[in-house]
Parts: sequence; structure tokens; C-alpha cells
Amino acid sequence: MTSTPAALPPLSPARAEEFGAALDRIRAEVVATRGDEDARYIRTVIAVQRGLEAGGRLALAVSLLPPAWCAGTAMLTVAKTLENMELGHNILHGQWDWMGDPAIHSTTWEFDFLTPADAWKHTHNHLHHTYTNVVGRDRDLGYTILRMSPEQPWHPVHLLQPLYAALLAPVFEWGIALYDLEADAVTDGRKSVRAFLGEVAHLARKAVRQCAKDYVLFPLLAGPSALPCLLGNVTANGLRNVWAHTVIFCGHFPGDVRTFTEEEIEDESRAQWYLRQVQGSADFEGGLLLRVLSGNLGHQIEHHLFPDLPSNRYAEIAPRVRRLCEKYGVPYATGPLWRQYASMWGRVLRHAVPWDLRR
Amino acid sequence: MPVFLPATPAGPLAERITGRLARALLAAAGRLTSPLTPDDYLGLIDPLLSARHPAGRVTAVRPEGPGAVTLVIRPGRGWAGHRAGQYLPVGVELDGVRHWRTYSLTSPPEDGTRSRVLTVTVKEDPRGAVSPHLVHRTSPGTVLRLGPAQGEFVLPEPSPARMLMVTAGSGITPVMGMLRTLARRPPPARTDVLLLHSAPGPGDCLFRAELTGLARRAPWLRLHLHYTRSAGRLTAEHVGRLCPDWAARETWACGPAGLLDALRARWDAAGAARRLHVEHFRLLPLAPLAPAADGGGRVRFERSGVEAESAASVPLLHTGEAAGAVLPYGCRRGICFGCLAPLLHGRVRDLRTGEVHGEPGELIQTCVNGAAGPLALDL
Repeated sequence: MTSTPAALPPLSPARAEEFGAALDRIRAEVVATRGDEDARYIRTVIAVQRGLEAGGRLALAVSLLPPAWCAGTAMLTVAKTLENMELGHNILHGQWDWMGDPAIHSTTWEFDFLTPADAWKHTHNHLHHTYTNVVGRDRDLGYTILRMSPEQPWHPVHLLQPLYAALLAPVFEWGIALYDLEADAVTDGRKSVRAFLGEVAHLARKAVRQCAKDYVLFPLLAGPSALPCLLGNVTANGLRNVWAHTVIFCGHFPGDVRTFTEEEIEDESRAQWYLRQVQGSADFEGGLLLRVLSGNLGHQIEHHLFPDLPSNRYAEIAPRVRRLCEKYGVPYATGPLWRQYASMWGRVLRHAVPWDLRR
Repeated sequence: MPVFLPATPAGPLAERITGRLARALLAAAGRLTSPLTPDDYLGLIDPLLSARHPAGRVTAVRPEGPGAVTLVIRPGRGWAGHRAGQYLPVGVELDGVRHWRTYSLTSPPEDGTRSRVLTVTVKEDPRGAVSPHLVHRTSPGTVLRLGPAQGEFVLPEPSPARMLMVTAGSGITPVMGMLRTLARRPPPARTDVLLLHSAPGPGDCLFRAELTGLARRAPWLRLHLHYTRSAGRLTAEHVGRLCPDWAARETWACGPAGLLDALRARWDAAGAARRLHVEHFRLLPLAPLAPAADGGGRVRFERSGVEAESAASVPLLHTGEAAGAVLPYGCRRGICFGCLAPLLHGRVRDLRTGEVHGEPGELIQTCVNGAAGPLALDL
């Protein structure tokens, strides 16, 4: 296997269209059966998340007591994880817009993450999901700082990328917030300085609110428990960051995920777009708890095929998508989380050096 | 699938648990719950505590003749009050999807002395989904979402001395709200209200007992009930005969479009159009009036002031851009939801599935939806 597996002999146009039509049918079936149960699911996650957050904050208010610190930090970590992954990410994708509930809607939701929802929706929903793994178009392919494919030009700074990829994990939300500003778009002339400054101000306002809450107000309210409360909040944000970094990196960077060139996506049909999404993403396997805590992004392939289907349905359609891929000879990358994680790091290491290393 | 985004200010009466101190506390708490609001937590305890997404709880369901019920609703913290004659957007969840319908408020506005209760009267439309649910499957305790009261079909303050009300069928409902408001306080001396109400027959005349009782008790009200089964359809000529001084009266009319159009023509001809207030009533969400031959239709981009024909297979986004409107867009293939725009009226077709959908207020993806008949977008 090569570092970036070479394109398989492509499906004939007719076979590709068949493959696409079969995926369209899966999508239509899910759309037709969305209903009460799904609505109950997302509302339950919301209630659990807010309950955990409130419980975590209360416990951290008396976190001079070590058991309270442990319980509070654990609850807050899980709450923040749920909020970002199963709620924020998926709601901002419009997965729940069909309910018509303005409280659970992609246009009104704001998440407990530094980057403002608008900025995220642009770089993630639009750029990344449309141009998934297209070198030169998908900025998520290495987030402009990591070299993740041999087609990306090598610079000496990439020798350090294993180090800064690791350092990025605990401060991931800051990384994403700065990344979403698209400073590179200003130097490329794709974005005006004025628009950029407006976005910086927008981010600054949200960052002040976010930091004030976690690092000033709650610790102050905790009185004698101020310091442990602050530590608990820092820990919760840090653990959530490491986890989000893990899940997201495992979705596109394991070794057997393909990249694409801009020429390959010229005049791409919907079926070809599907083919690229399958080959540009990787699943990882896990039980219900892992699924919920990862926002069902262990089903990254299904998510990339159908980014607007409710996340709780990915597990149900995954076996069908996989069988379909087998039938058409389309590679379907999946494995246990640890293996995808190791494979992802292997890729970060391999592309740190200018030579095209084979495993 | 419609999304209703009411911008309801907390009204002077919406302060059962607030008051100035409590509001200051909530604002401070907002620093802690950011990016959520305290309302998002309060709403989990009881939806009625949320001012951001106003809700009400049904406290009683009263039968109101065949296929009709009156829902008595206790509004929650976000309710900002209403004026007599306005209508209420009611959000009902059916199989996970929220549907909005509007019903005229039949209760008088709060006057600070009584407990806050709203009533709407819903007549079943067997072809619909929402009204049968409200009529047959709604029990006390049900939580309904409430939009802000709307409409300019209202009783002015102070009320004019001479009034004429012309109503047909469930068109009586907004006028019922006005009459109850007048009945609650002694109206000024010399007030004279003539109500001409048309119903199929006595058995299916909404509020018949209350109307006849009120007409007996209240010296300011005269009532004429017109039964179409025996007397035929109520026409503008009937109105002229029953109320010779119609042109001099401040008039409110609510009923089928045919009746309203006829009244409008007559009042126009007499130069009295200014004194005629009409409420167009729709039991069903707007359907396309005349779908174009190929299933597309004329699309109006309201804010841009652009209008263009759109073929059935062309995304609305293309149509708008080709016609010169600057529209929000993103991936252009239905993934990113960057192009969402509120539908004002009409229906759209999802070009991926062929499904025709759309209700006023629904946010639609213009890049993957085409026109299914004439429509307007708030863009």
C-alpha cells in the first residue's frame, strides 16, 4: 500500500452512476422515515448534555473536595464533548433542520467552541465537505500547516510537524478558530482585509465570552474553590480538545485514505462526488458510547456521503454502504479507533520528510 | 419543516417570574450559560419558562359544534400580548416535524385583571394534517409553540361608534375576539355594532348560543344570522339590504375570498374603501395558484426586487443569479446549507428527490430546490 493509495481503475461511468443511484436510494429511505424517534433522540442528547453541564459546574463550585473535582471535571468534559460533536457539529450541518424547530437549527445554533458558528459553517460545511481531500482546494487536508500528501509541496518546517501536530491537540479549539479566519485567503487575494478584520473582531467577541465564562466567572463564583474550579475547566476544555482532534484526524488522515487533484474533480457528477467522499474518508468502529461521544463521526464515510442526514441514522446505514462499496469494488476504510489513530500518526510522520516513503 | 423565527420582546405582561431584578439576574446568568441563554435551560424544565421560544399549555379543550373545538391556552413567559382581532401562529409537532398554522384569537386581550388565557377556535379540515390533530388528538396538558400575535385586522382604541361586521363560517373568529373585548368593558354610549354572520345552518354556526345571548343582553349589538342552506350565499346585495348605512360604518369583514372581493368592489365604488377592513382567511397553507405548464413558475426575490420565470428543473439560486439578484450561496449542491432562505409563499420541488414541499416561513436550500408554481423568497 502506498502512502496515498493510487487511484483504483475507476468505475465505468455507467457503473459509477449505478453506485450513485443506490446511494441516493439509501438517502431517500432515511429522509422518508425521519420522525418522532429521531426528534426524541436529539432532544434527549440535548437534555443529557445540559444536565451534565449544570451538574459539572455545580460540582466544580465545591471542588476543594477532591471527589467533587473529579466528578465535576468528568461531567463537564463529557458535556463539552457532546456539545461539540453530537450537537454542535451535526446541528450546524443542518441534520436536524427538517424538524423545523428554531431551537435546533443550523441557522440559529451557536456552539461552545471558540470559533463562531458562521465561520465554521463556511470552512467546514462548504469548503471541506465540497472539496474533500482535493489537494489545493480542501484546506482541511493538513489545515494549511501539516503536509498530509506527497502532492503537497514540502518545506523544511514540515520536519517539525509531528511535534506541532501533537502540540495542537490540547489547544485544538484555538487552532480551529485561527484556521477558520483563513489568513491565507487574504494573502491569496480571495478575501479582503476588511472582511478579515471583521471576522477577527467577531472571533474576539466570542472568545472573550467563552474565556470569561470558563476561566474567570465560574472560578470566581466558586469562592474558596476558585483554583480547583479553574483547573477543572481548563482540564475539561483540554480533554475535549484532545478528543475532538483525535476524532477529526482519524476521519481523513489514516494511511489508506485517498487524496485527489483538481483535474480529477473537473465536471464531477454527483455519483463521482460520492465516490470521492467514500475514498476520502475513514470510519472507526465502536459501541454506542463511542458513537455518541464522537458525534457519530466514527461513521465519517457515511457522514461525508450524507452530511445532512441525522447522525443517529449513520450506524443503521453503514453496513449497507459497506456492502455497496464491496459490490462495486470501492475501497471502504475502517478499523478500530487505535489502528486508525496509529495510521494517522504514521502519515503525519511520513510526510514530514521530502521523500515519498513507502510503508 | 417550516421554521418560524419570532422575535418576541418580553412584553409588559410577560413577567410572572421576572420583574426587574429577575431580569438582571437572567442577564447575568447569560454570561455563564453562553453561548446558550438561561432560557435554553429553563425551557428544559418547562417549555413555558422559555421567553426565547414562546410556548403555551392547553388547559381545556371545549367542543364547539361539529368538527370544531376551542383550545384554551395558558401562554408562557415569552407571550407578548395581542390586540382584539389578531391571529396567533400555533406550532404543532407531528412525527417530529413542527407545523405552523395561524388561528384567530377569540379571547379579549389581557387587561391585567384576569389570569392570562388565550383561546383559539379550530375547525377541522379533513384534507389537512394539523387541524384534525388539534381537533381530535389534543388533550389538556399539550404544549404548543406560539408565535407573536399578528395582523392589522384589529379593533381600534377607542372603538368607533358605528361598526359593521360581516363574517362567514369560521370568519367569525377574529370578530368574536372583538365582540368579547367590547362586551368586557362598557363600550361608549351610542356604540352600535351590527353583525351579519353567515353559516350553513343553526347546527354548524360557531358561537351561536353566545352570540344570541350577547345580542339579547348588550344594547349596542344587533345580530343577523344568515343561513346559506335556506337563504343562499351571503352577497354584497344582502349586506346592502340589511345595513342601509353600510358606507358610513367602519366595517370589518372576514370570510371566503368571493365574498370579500364582492364587498371590496362595492365599497370601492362607493368611495368608502378606507372604512372596509378585510381579513383573508386560509384554512390551508398556500398552494400554487396556477402552476406553469412545465411545473416551474414565476419566482419573486422580495428584497432584491427581482422577478423571473423559473423552469421546474432549474435551482432557484440559478434563476435568481441569472436575473441579477445577489444571493447567498455555498457549495451549490445541497450540502452546506449556506444558501438557506425563507419562503414567503408558494411551493418548491427538491430537485434531488422530486418531493414538493414548502410552507410560508420554511427555510429552503435554493441551490437544490426548483419552483413548483409561483413563489416568493425573502431574499
